[in-house]
Amino acid sequence: MNLEKEFRAKRDAGRKLLVPYVTGGLGGRWTDVVRAVADAGADAIEVGIPFSDPVMDGTTIQEASQRALEIGATPAGIISELKTIDVHVPLVVMTYYNPVAHAGHERFANALKASGVDGAIVPDLPLDELGSWAVAADAADIETVLLAAPNTTGERLAAICARSRGFVYGVALMGVTGERDHLTKQAGTMGARCKAATDRPVLLGVGISNASQAVEAASSADGVIVGSALVRRLLDGGGPDEAAAFVAQLRAGLDQRIG
Amino acid sequence: MSAPARGDRVLLGPPGPVPSAAGRFGEFGGRFVPETLIPALEELEAEFRTAWSSEPFRSEFAGLLESYAGRPTPVTECHRLSDRLGVRLLLKREDLTHTGSHKINNVLGQALLARRMGKQRVIAETGAGQHGVATATAAALFGLDCVVFMGAVDVERQALNVFRMELLGAKVVPVSSGSATLKDAINDALRDWVATVESTHYCIGSVVGPHPYPWIVREFQRVVGDEAREQSRAILGGNDPDVVVACVGGGSNAIGTFAGFLDTRSRLVGVEAGGLGLESGKHGASLARGVPGVLHGARSLYLQDEHGQILEAHSISAGLDYPGVGPEHAELAASGRAEYHDATDEEALSGLVLLSQTEGIVPALEPAHAIGWLAREVGKKIPLGSTVVVTLSGRGDKDAEQVAQRLGAELNK
Repeated sequence: MNLEKEFRAKRDAGRKLLVPYVTGGLGGRWTDVVRAVADAGADAIEVGIPFSDPVMDGTTIQEASQRALEIGATPAGIISELKTIDVHVPLVVMTYYNPVAHAGHERFANALKASGVDGAIVPDLPLDELGSWAVAADAADIETVLLAAPNTTGERLAAICARSRGFVYGVALMGVTGERDHLTKQAGTMGARCKAATDRPVLLGVGISNASQAVEAASSADGVIVGSALVRRLLDGGGPDEAAAFVAQLRAGLDQRIG
Repeated sequence: MSAPARGDRVLLGPPGPVPSAAGRFGEFGGRFVPETLIPALEELEAEFRTAWSSEPFRSEFAGLLESYAGRPTPVTECHRLSDRLGVRLLLKREDLTHTGSHKINNVLGQALLARRMGKQRVIAETGAGQHGVATATAAALFGLDCVVFMGAVDVERQALNVFRMELLGAKVVPVSSGSATLKDAINDALRDWVATVESTHYCIGSVVGPHPYPWIVREFQRVVGDEAREQSRAILGGNDPDVVVACVGGGSNAIGTFAGFLDTRSRLVGVEAGGLGLESGKHGASLARGVPGVLHGARSLYLQDEHGQILEAHSISAGLDYPGVGPEHAELAASGRAEYHDATDEEALSGLVLLSQTEGIVPALEPAHAIGWLAREVGKKIPLGSTVVVTLSGRGDKDAEQVAQRLGAELNK
């Protein structure tokens, strides 16, 4: 599947895009969680490949990553389990650069492709360091999604939007992932700035914690990514049903806003 | 602050080599960070570039090093220990600086940079607590808010330094994620910085992290090597020492020392934490056993498993308990200009006792690794009769309780 083509088509049809994040390897039923959130209205699913030192993540994803690693999750294991997931929406992995570099760019990109993954988000691999990963990813047809931050300069934002594939990930606040009580003003500004800079789909993520925040964020962008709020439900003992119920809430909110 | 001294006595050499535009030392270094940090790193790089070639900045820095930190630190010839070992041993005495370790050099420079950039808050990570104490000290001196991240394990084993930081007005945040040591303290400092970068300067304590940190910290620490070179030449009749030795965790005292000797013919030796022995897997020897990877913003050598997950380091010394090393060390090892070895926990402890009892100098556990390695290697890797400079990066007060627990009974026998 082509992530960007898919997203553009849905956006152009008037749909707000919803990308839930699920930590790969978190418990024996994580692949069922992925299937359940796909059925509940996700437009793509971001699957986290846990890393020992996730500096862009707050406590929820840190804990999920640590738990997954403790029960034996590995990048190769997760990627190979992804092969068993046959959902109707694109899969995007999110991981840190070291596991990618350690596996080798080509090997990693090819393994993703072989498992039916369409895109990759590597938050500690900024534009200037994309280098040979981008070459390998492009060659394997893995779309590398780049992040833009609220303090990214205009010139750099244009370059990020130009090099990003799939969509542009607008970071909705100054900070790491994790739930927040309110959406910051930076979210709206970020969405508007990215939209003005590119025709690619723009999704906002980081700190978007519930349906009303998702709706608010999506008003300035093409969609949202929701991670910690979903992962917390899994850490609290929830399974595929709880995850699906939460994603269905987000979906309903986003659809209502359109309708 | 009163008018600083002019710093004429401090041997601040000319600026050293600038890394490539992408912040590379050979294949190592770089800037692998979340996008949010890019503007701050670009600002810091530009600020440092201007400041470091500006005479007023350099003389203010030199003035602080002299009037506040107590530089230049002496080089002490160790007659009794030299006789015992069969070499001519000189110690570069960073233990005699204000706050008791070389960390103060870098921190004063970075505090000056923070002030130039108008940042009112500084954050730092600390392992042994020496860099945290130094940062808290500079923050008090400059009137900045200060938060220090410290692994929960280190908070336990360095209680005295925790109190010192609090006394100096800093807030100490124990970090219990991961291995709860230096690596995790850096993770949490980076996470704080991602949220606060517009008002906060991250005062990194070693030659690690994203570009421009490894370069900045090396330049602020090169005073150690620049002084040591001139001082040892004066003692050695104009000759450079045969060997220069320093301990390596992240590697700031070693890189500062080596910077002064890179263009001499002296052998450069870094001593890593051998922990319980390299074969045990419990050590901090990332140059010996690490593989190339990316952590904390830089490509360097890291201890990691077959999946690319970073492993916990182990060392008796909190300051060397880090699974990586600065990128410039990785390049010095690759090019062969410096060689890296290790000393175990036990060898560090015997080095500490040896220096204490032959010279009346109690070293910190970190440089005790350098002493312990030297004691083991004279007649082997170090020919008898060699002239050797060892950087004594800090004093041992902070480790007294831990050493007492390990050795108390033995010493009383």
